[in-house]
Amino acid sequence: MLKVRNLHARVAGREILRGIDLSMNHGEVHAIMGPNGSGKSTLARVLSGHPEYEVTEGEVLFEGENLLEMEPEERARAGVFMAFQYPVEIPGVNNAYFLKAALNTMRKHRGEEELDAMEFMTLVRDRMKQLDMDEALLSRPVNEGFSGGEKKRNEIFQMAVLEPKLGVLDETDSGLDIDALRVVAHGVNTMRNADRSFLVVTHYQRLLNYIVPDVVHVLTDGRIIRSGGKELALELEDKGYGWLEEPVGLK
Amino acid sequence: MTQSLENYKQAFANSRNRRSPAEPAELVRTREEALNRFLAVGFPTTRDEEWRFTSVAPIAGHAFTLAEAAANAGHRDVAPLRLPGVFGAELVFVDGRFALALSSIDELPRGVRLGSLADDAGSHANGTESHLARVAPFDRRAFVALNTALFTDGAYIQIPAHTVMEKPIHVLFVSSGETDGRRAAMSHPRVLAVLGDDSQAAIVESYAGPEGALYFTNVVTEIVLGENAVLDHYKLQHESTEAYHVGAMFLKAARSAHCASHSISLGGSIVRNDVVAVLDGEGGECTLNGLYLADGHRLIDNHTTIDHAMPHCGSREIYKGILADRARGVFNGKIIVRPDAQKTDAKQTNRALLLSEDAQVNSKPELEIFANDVKCTHGAAIGQLDEDAVFYLRSRGLSLAEARHMLIHAFAGDVLNRMPLEAIRNGVEAVLRRQLARALAVAA
Repeated sequence: MLKVRNLHARVAGREILRGIDLSMNHGEVHAIMGPNGSGKSTLARVLSGHPEYEVTEGEVLFEGENLLEMEPEERARAGVFMAFQYPVEIPGVNNAYFLKAALNTMRKHRGEEELDAMEFMTLVRDRMKQLDMDEALLSRPVNEGFSGGEKKRNEIFQMAVLEPKLGVLDETDSGLDIDALRVVAHGVNTMRNADRSFLVVTHYQRLLNYIVPDVVHVLTDGRIIRSGGKELALELEDKGYGWLEEPVGLK
Repeated sequence: MTQSLENYKQAFANSRNRRSPAEPAELVRTREEALNRFLAVGFPTTRDEEWRFTSVAPIAGHAFTLAEAAANAGHRDVAPLRLPGVFGAELVFVDGRFALALSSIDELPRGVRLGSLADDAGSHANGTESHLARVAPFDRRAFVALNTALFTDGAYIQIPAHTVMEKPIHVLFVSSGETDGRRAAMSHPRVLAVLGDDSQAAIVESYAGPEGALYFTNVVTEIVLGENAVLDHYKLQHESTEAYHVGAMFLKAARSAHCASHSISLGGSIVRNDVVAVLDGEGGECTLNGLYLADGHRLIDNHTTIDHAMPHCGSREIYKGILADRARGVFNGKIIVRPDAQKTDAKQTNRALLLSEDAQVNSKPELEIFANDVKCTHGAAIGQLDEDAVFYLRSRGLSLAEARHMLIHAFAGDVLNRMPLEAIRNGVEAVLRRQLARALAVAA
C-alpha cells in the first residue's frame, strides 16, 4: 500500500531525511522509533504534504499513486490521515461543522452520498463514545482550549470518523497519561482491519504495548538503520538506541 | 471657490424647492450655516489629521448632481434586499426619496411614529424639530455640513416612552445608479431616531445600489436615547463596489441607556463611516461592532468615537477587517473619558486580516483619559491567515479555497455572532460569502 524509496527531505535548508526506504502492506501496523531529531516526525509530515518540507530525492507511492505530487487535501481524499503531534487550535471554526465538511468532502470524493446532519450526529456520537470523549467538545472551536489529552483524542476521533486507508500517528502518545493512552490505543485497535494500515511514530516503546506493531523501524540521523518485529521495540527499551548505532558503524 | 464647490452651491439652490414648506425657520437657518461652513472649509484633504489615510479627491473631483427621484425603481430592484416577515416597518428610499409604494408599515404600537422626513421635515407634526440637525455637529465635519445643507428626505422614527417595538424597523436606501445622461447622482439622506425613556427598538439601516454603478451617498444619522432606553442598531453598507459612501452616525445616550450598533461595510469604492457615541448619563452602556471587507483598490475607513461624559458607563468595541488585493482599511478608535466619568469601563479591540501582500491597514487607537479611576484597554492586531490552520484543514480533505473560506468566516463570525437579529446575520453572511468568493478568486 505504501512504498517509500530513497526519500530525502529537508526543512529550512537542512537535510533531515537522508534516504528512507519503507514498504507497508495492507492491514499492517508499522512503528517508527528513534531518538530526538532522528527525522521521525519529518517523515510523517512529508507524507502528509506539509508545505515547509521539501523533498529533494526519492519517491513515495501510495496505492500505486505518486503521493508526492498530490496536494495535502488530495492525499487526505486518497485515504492518508495524519494525526498531528501538535494539533493546531482554530478559533471560530466549530469542531462538528468542520468535521462534517471534511467527511462530506471525502464521501463525495469516494462517490458516496453526503451525510445529513442527523446521520452525521449518529456516526459522531458512536465514535465519541468509543473514545470516551465529552460531546461538549463537538460544539467548541477546533482544539481551542482543549487539554493536551483532549487534542490527541480529537485527532484519533477525527480519524475514526474519516476512516482513512492509512493512519499516520505522529507521537500521538506523547504527553498522554496511561488512561488516555489506553483509550487512544483502543480507538486505533478498533479500526484495525485487513485493509487499513497504520504508521505509528513514537519516541516511547510504551504505546506499542497497546498498539502492537507488525514491524518496528529504527530511525537515526535520517535513515532507517534497523527493522524488525515487535521484540525490537522491547530491546530498544532495555538497551537504548546506542546499541543499534554501533554495529552498523555510524559512530 | 473651486468649480467643485460651485457645483454644491448650485445643488443647494436646486434643493430648495424640494424641501417641505413647513420647515421651521430655525432649520432653514441651520442649513444656510451648514452650506456656508462647507463652502468655507471644502472637502477634507489628507493634510487633515482625521482624513490622513483617506483621500476623498475622487469624490471632490466629480460633479455629482442631486439624484432625481427615480420613479423607475420597482419592487424588483428592492425585493432582494428585503426580509419578508422580519420587520415591523420598512421604509424604502430610492435615490434618497421616500418610496411609499415600496414601503410597508405593520400596525405599530401606540404612539410610535415613523415615516418620511420630507413629509413634514422637522415640523411640529412629527415632533422631531427639537432634535433634527441638533445631534450632529457640522463645524468640523465637512460631509455632515454638506448633508445638513442638502438633505431633503430621510427617515424619522419616534418611539415614545415605555414602548417596546417588538419587531425591528428597516430603513432601506437604494440608489438607482441612474444618471442624468452626463453626471453621476448623489443623495444626502438623513435618519433621525428618538427613543423615549424605557423604550426599546431595533433599527436596521441598509444602503445598496446596482453593482458596478457609480454614485455618491452621504448620510447622517442622529439617534437620541432616553433614560433606560435600549437600542439594537445595524448599519449594512452593501453599496455598489464603484460607489462612494460617506456616513456619520451621532448617538446620544441618557442615563442607563443601552445601545449596540453593528456596522457592516461590504460594498463601496471609497467608504468612510464615522460613529460618535456620547454616553451622557450615568450607567450607560455602548457596544460598537464592525466588520468590513474590501478587495480590488477599494478603501474602507471606520472612525469611531466613544465619549464617556458621565460616571459608571461601559463601552465595548470590536472592529474587524478583511482586506484582499490592493485594498486598504483604516480604523481609528477614539475613546474619551471626561473628568466626571469615573468608573468608566472601556474596552476596544481592532483586528485586520490581510489576504494579500499588497493589502494594507492603518489602525490607530486614541485614548483621551481625563479621569483617574477608570478601566480602559485596547488591542490591535494585523495578520495573515494562519498557515498552520490552513494546512490542518487541508490535511482533512478540504481544498485550499475551502480552508481559507472557513478561516475567514471564523474571523468574521466573531463580529457577526454578536448581532442578535438572526435574519440580519444570515443576510449579511450571504453577501459576505459572495464578496469573499470574488475577493479570493482574484487572489488565487
